[in-house]
Amino acid sequence: MAIKPEVRKGVEAICEEYGKEPSPLMMILSAIQKKYGYIPLEIQEIVSGKTGIPVAEIYGVVTFYSFFSLQPKGKYVVGICLGTACYVKSSQQILDKFETLLGIKAGQTTPDGLFTIEAIRCMGACALAPAMSVNGKVYPRVTPDQVEKILAEYRSQEVKA
Amino acid sequence: MQQIKSPEILGKSIAECTSVIDAKLKGLNGKRALLICGGTGCLANGSDDLIAEFKKLIKENHLEDKVTINHVGCFGFCSQGPFVKIFPEDTLYHAVQLADVKQIVEEDLIGHKVCENLLYVDPVTKEKVVRQDDINFYKKQLRIALHGCSVINPDLLEESLGYDGFKALKKVLTEMTPQQVIDEVSASGIRGRGGAGFPTGKKWQFAANQKSDIKYVVCNGDEGDPGAFMDRSILEGNPFEVIEGMMIAGYSYGASEGYFYVRAEYPVAVERLERAIKDMEQVGLLGDHILGTAFSFRAHLRLGAGAFVCGEETALLNSIEGKRGMPRPRPPFPAIKGLWGKPTCVNNVETLAQIPYIIRVGASEYSKIGTVGSKGTKVFALGGKINNVGLVEVPMGTTLRTLIFDIGGGIPKGKKFKAIQTGGPSGGCLTDKDLDTPIDYDSLIAKGSMMGSGGAIVMDEDNCMVDVAHFYMDFICSESCGKCSPCRIGTKRLYEMLTKVTNGQADEQTLVDMRTLANVIKGGSLCALGQTAANPILSTMNNFPDEYKAHVIDKTCPSHVCKKLMQYWIDPIKCKKCSKCARGCPVNCISGVPGKEPYVIDQSKCIKCGTCLSGCPFGAISKR
Repeated sequence: MAIKPEVRKGVEAICEEYGKEPSPLMMILSAIQKKYGYIPLEIQEIVSGKTGIPVAEIYGVVTFYSFFSLQPKGKYVVGICLGTACYVKSSQQILDKFETLLGIKAGQTTPDGLFTIEAIRCMGACALAPAMSVNGKVYPRVTPDQVEKILAEYRSQEVKA
Repeated sequence: MQQIKSPEILGKSIAECTSVIDAKLKGLNGKRALLICGGTGCLANGSDDLIAEFKKLIKENHLEDKVTINHVGCFGFCSQGPFVKIFPEDTLYHAVQLADVKQIVEEDLIGHKVCENLLYVDPVTKEKVVRQDDINFYKKQLRIALHGCSVINPDLLEESLGYDGFKALKKVLTEMTPQQVIDEVSASGIRGRGGAGFPTGKKWQFAANQKSDIKYVVCNGDEGDPGAFMDRSILEGNPFEVIEGMMIAGYSYGASEGYFYVRAEYPVAVERLERAIKDMEQVGLLGDHILGTAFSFRAHLRLGAGAFVCGEETALLNSIEGKRGMPRPRPPFPAIKGLWGKPTCVNNVETLAQIPYIIRVGASEYSKIGTVGSKGTKVFALGGKINNVGLVEVPMGTTLRTLIFDIGGGIPKGKKFKAIQTGGPSGGCLTDKDLDTPIDYDSLIAKGSMMGSGGAIVMDEDNCMVDVAHFYMDFICSESCGKCSPCRIGTKRLYEMLTKVTNGQADEQTLVDMRTLANVIKGGSLCALGQTAANPILSTMNNFPDEYKAHVIDKTCPSHVCKKLMQYWIDPIKCKKCSKCARGCPVNCISGVPGKEPYVIDQSKCIKCGTCLSGCPFGAISKR
């Protein structure tokens, strides 16, 4: 995969911005993940070139933390909380329903690139259990019946756009 | 704000800000103060929209010079949010919706009449409660770590200064030697609130004894236990208090650099903490020669990236250093050789939040709270099958019964209490026989659980304890960092064995093997994650042997949770033959004749999705 020149520039700028901090790798990777949505090997190579940290080490860090992703994520990231408080209030059923309706498993992205399902660990919204989020927007006290409606909400945005 | 460059200026600022806050809460400024919860829970429930709506209506009604409006930190009573509190009357409205704003503005702000329909109603006495302190949920609480949360605007340094903020910092910098600070904290008896319960003063003393050009304070805000959100709420509600605690720690053992490590999942906490640090730098409360003394201190913020193991202190240090978050062997302990090889104390958010209070009131006063071995208060995140889900702070020694039934309001829908899980994935379950146990570090360990960071998840008769253990094992499996083989491989094997149990494929030998393997993992792991990984299994096996036996011998799940061991069933007598279930079934496995023959589920095709059960208008479908 070829990296676009503007992406290369952006990644290099991030490396320079955090370069003065002690042990900046985590901060650099977080910033790249936030800006571009994923950190493929080609981008890791750029980071390695700028920081002098071996690619093997960067790859090790990227694959260790669940926030960093090697593949692009869908336009809408659906996070279903599987923290204990949500789990005992049947959040697994919500996840099952999303998996059935979208035809993918947690951690995967739909072929059209629209939805990614993530099983997330506690977002601290335990009073709203079972809770889920789409691109950070929290949906409180979700029931399996609501799942179709939530998906439709985002699908209709696509039709409009 | 003006520069705060000397103890005198700080004293003056504190006095000024205190009178402002005082006037605000007592209405002495001729204005009424509206406080709206801006914690993550209430934000998700739309409290931001409430603020916008209030601002709009206040403007429309020309009340700008009669009402102030602020967002504050978590009220704790999250299941009843969003909250709106009005001073000086101290009226608390709960579960306020956008449509209610107009009523509050017109009836209360303009008409000075309490909106009765928005008051909290005590579920037992059915009486309406006006003031927060009169609600049962709050009566037995003692807020020390949560001081200022739900009162001050966490975005304003002035509000912190007006509500006891930085009094303790002033005291240590002007009246106490570093050793006196350590002695005071040691004498208070406070133990680390992150889970292990190591005496905080002792930890600081270790670091103080080290000679080094540079030392660090690290604040552990990597609150990974599912179901725990006390650190998040403290950082969201009063970040200044935690920074102050960190600075006092730094002063006590000679550290000049502090690092906050906070979960990236907590964007609100991160934003507020970042702003607090910046504002303090601007007025000179962070930086060189604080208050004109020799003490210099800088605070930095680092974000986690979604790895539970980073809550373990040495893994956390590796993560700050830009490495994989894997634990280091101890000794050497971080107090001797920590961040970048320098002496470092890693303290939990809640521990640091208690430090300013200890300094303000003194060790002897603080140590009056709690039990012999555990002093002070502990914040718990009550969650799961409990009426009053939320954040509670109680003195150590409070019993589980008080926590669950008096404060927590008992179990919803009249169901029976089964267990309370404390300590997260490292902890264990406590049952009704333990309800009168006073909660402290030692008593919980004696009962086979642990304090942990304070997550407390209540389970009722509908929860299957084998399934709960299975859930935790899945969590531990995916969060094991992989360094120690017993943890990496062992937890996976344990998970597989448990899966067999929940599928009805296990025999009694499986249970014996599970116990053996659990003990191997315990003994063969470097860090607490591995050492405690088997606790959820051992604790449920010890407390609920019958449930395990039912799964293994009778091949049934008594709570009808484990899908392979339960069936959905239509009662032919109750069935009204309406066909609703058959139409809703995603795999078309329900058949019957509308109006004529009762419906039947083809068990060989059923995927146990439960759609029919939740959809049946006549309650004819049940699990068995």
